[in-house]
Amino acid sequence: MKMHSVPTQRQSAAILAATGLILTFYLWLFLHAESQLSVAILIAVCVVAFFGARRVGVAQVVEQASKQRPGLARLWALGGALILIAAFYESHFILLMICAVLLYTTACLGLTMQFGFSGVANFAGAAFFGIGSYATAVLSTHTGTPHILIIIASGLIAALIGSMLITPVLRTRGHYAALVTIAFGILFKTFIEVNDVLGGPQGLQVPGMSLFGYEFNNGFSVFGVEISFYVSYALLSLGICAGVFVIVKALEHSWVGLAMDVVRTDETAAATFGLHIARWKVVAFTLGNFFIGVAGSVYGMITAFIAPNNFTFADSLLMLSIVILGGLGNAVGLIPAALIVLVLPEKLQFIQEYRFLLYAALVIAILRFHPDGLLPRKTRIFFSRETSR
Amino acid sequence: MSSSTIVQVRDLTMRFGGLTALDRLNMDIREGEVLGLLGPNGSGKTTFFNVLTGLYRASEGSILYDGQEVLGMTPQLVYRSGVARTFQRSRLSLPLTVFDNIAIGDYQHMQHGLIFNLLRRKAFRAEYMGYVDKVVALLNIFSPSLVDRLFEPVGTFSMIDRRRIEVCRALMSHPRLLLLDEPSAGMTHDETHTLMSDIMNVRSKLPKLSVVLIEHEMNVIERITDRCVVLNYGRKIAEGSYAEITADPNVQTAYLGEEAA
Repeated sequence: MKMHSVPTQRQSAAILAATGLILTFYLWLFLHAESQLSVAILIAVCVVAFFGARRVGVAQVVEQASKQRPGLARLWALGGALILIAAFYESHFILLMICAVLLYTTACLGLTMQFGFSGVANFAGAAFFGIGSYATAVLSTHTGTPHILIIIASGLIAALIGSMLITPVLRTRGHYAALVTIAFGILFKTFIEVNDVLGGPQGLQVPGMSLFGYEFNNGFSVFGVEISFYVSYALLSLGICAGVFVIVKALEHSWVGLAMDVVRTDETAAATFGLHIARWKVVAFTLGNFFIGVAGSVYGMITAFIAPNNFTFADSLLMLSIVILGGLGNAVGLIPAALIVLVLPEKLQFIQEYRFLLYAALVIAILRFHPDGLLPRKTRIFFSRETSR
Repeated sequence: MSSSTIVQVRDLTMRFGGLTALDRLNMDIREGEVLGLLGPNGSGKTTFFNVLTGLYRASEGSILYDGQEVLGMTPQLVYRSGVARTFQRSRLSLPLTVFDNIAIGDYQHMQHGLIFNLLRRKAFRAEYMGYVDKVVALLNIFSPSLVDRLFEPVGTFSMIDRRRIEVCRALMSHPRLLLLDEPSAGMTHDETHTLMSDIMNVRSKLPKLSVVLIEHEMNVIERITDRCVVLNYGRKIAEGSYAEITADPNVQTAYLGEEAA
């Protein structure tokens, strides 16, 4: 890393612009691709580029640049997402996939706080996601609360119900704490299945989002061009994902992130230096569940219909696999990981049943060659400027 | 050189099931002294540290620190009252940077509220810069060579540097009592020598700091301790200057028996 001279501010901006445009263009091609040949070529290009970029040094240059201009890197990510949403303004299915990627990323940001920062393994991600969805369904069907408040309330309810787990999670460590959350996830699904008020196994309808009198589900048209109603949802999902991302990153680069990391790496040393282990685990667990609940709330509105089978243990594992595949503790890595886990199987439709086999093989291969995930977490640099001391 | 006592240990007993790790231990720690704590393996030295820092709960007895009972206090409270320590097996957070590991030593003065850290980024930045200055100042006294590597992960450092980082973390909170648990463990002779000079250096800069040192290297004990306490099977078998304890027949049979030969 030291071999590359530090780029100037302007060079960094240019590097980031180029990277942003290339990645956006690639994602556009990838989301667009339908034929076997094009998907295969795109996957091959991605694999070659991923390994090649590090070998040639391009990855390091981009890393340096984004370290130097972190704000600009985020703007490009946001801009790229907006371009993609605009580009697919009429394709429902692709927009739905974009929404799913954004909301799963949001939920995984919550898991990153819990598992990546504080070391609290949560194998019930889908359950808290489901609590968010169900809370939204009930609140928006039976009350006239503004939907924006319902989203927040759904997050709070997820966090509140999660607090029931705090005592058992604090009393146990490692695998045992994981078991507690697994049990909770199964409990949640069973509870919903047998509960007639919440629709039982048939599930519940979720009314669409409305914001200041505007109904998301109605769709709209601009200059006579019909725009998919999913565009509104994609923008909402993007806003929430970006907001949660900024919060998680700010906390990581603060005493909060430092305290959580110390609690995760050594509880004895942490206690010896005055850190209250329980406090930090509770903060991480509660805040994480809040984010997961918020993501689940919007997800419920988008799919318009939720059932217990949407929130199984397998879905919890899916979320955790995104967190680990991206690089445990690294918020940025969640985005490519979510794309691989959620979009790739859809794109591999042409090989039908074999798609899960191929997808699973790919995930294993990635972790074989990159055991720390696609983008391993970097050491904490609180503010970018002082590092060039 | 008369000085006040800051820790009074009275009839301290710690039992693990049938094993008595500390057996009616009585000793004092005085302000500004370097006290060597000696004894064969399993004689209860580290157990004493763990009881004093609140990690273990003693079965009986009392430890008065600054006139206050320590037994029953949580590790967090003991830390806040000015006791800091290092561990025999290094307990640093290896993926974190040198700065992270040392700064956390002064956790008690960090503003760690969520709102402050999340929303008042300017104020946080100012506080953070203050911590960078503090850590750099400490490293400049103790181990200047680490200053240039402030933001590298601790996992990439050698054993002696890790030990230095651990001592810096303990010093970061300006403790009144510093507990060093076998700082030379796993080090070469030369490394031990350098580390001890570093500790002597700190001592000369902080004359009021009391240090308790667990150590097996007798020449280290001879060089830097003012007074020694020797334990065996959790009991104090000797106390006094290095010359006094080495002359003690109890100590010779229990501890130096094989080594002196």
